[in-house]
Amino acid sequence: MLSSYENIELAEHVLSEMCGSNKVEEEVTYWVGMALREALANAVKHGNKLNPEKRVFVHMVLHPGAELRIEVEDEGQGFDPESVADPTAPSNLLRSSGRGIYYMRQFMDVVSFGSGERGGTRLELVKKLNGRRAK
Amino acid sequence: MKIKVRDTGGVRIMDLEGKITIGSGDVELRKQVEDAIGAGRLHLLLNLGGVSHIDSSGIGEMVGCFTTLARKGGKMKLLNLTQKINDILQVTQLITVFDVFDNETEAVASFKS
Repeated sequence: MLSSYENIELAEHVLSEMCGSNKVEEEVTYWVGMALREALANAVKHGNKLNPEKRVFVHMVLHPGAELRIEVEDEGQGFDPESVADPTAPSNLLRSSGRGIYYMRQFMDVVSFGSGERGGTRLELVKKLNGRRAK
Repeated sequence: MKIKVRDTGGVRIMDLEGKITIGSGDVELRKQVEDAIGAGRLHLLLNLGGVSHIDSSGIGEMVGCFTTLARKGGKMKLLNLTQKINDILQVTQLITVFDVFDNETEAVASFKS
């Protein structure tokens, strides 16, 4: 997808459709959707610096009842996730930014940062479904 | 996102509906709060009952509005948190920062105390 915030909505819609047609629980879909939004917002804003000519690559694989795996890769300069301060530390509580990765870590089972093939950041998100299916 | 603004008992209430997310609702919220400050309305109550989604940008915007108002001697409080927004505020411990109400009358009255 191209680096625009509007495309985050599109990607979340695709995720929602995929989860709905594979009977992923609504609650799981909601929180995974939020993690996806945070990942894409970081890729568009911090990775690609809102450059509309740069792309964000999104790959979603769902193994029904087993796991949902999402990969997000940007075309930025790379990123050190350790440089992000803990947003729950008292001195950071009133900061207006810096919570996106924390939210991802709360809502997903695996959040793994690496270097992408294009020099940017490659992020892997995994949610274990533990055999749960919506009725 | 849609924002309906009304003034009651010296409190500006903003009924928010839809998504407060990056690039859309977050900017609209900031503009409404700036307009309220410009109009001398420093007691704000955000009614979040109609908000379906909020992301870290929306949360950040709420925190920014909260601190901006506090610096000007004002207050911002929250009304009608959905369970999901409550969870989102809980995990980052922001629930300890905001005054939260389920009842509008009580929320409006709290600004006088």
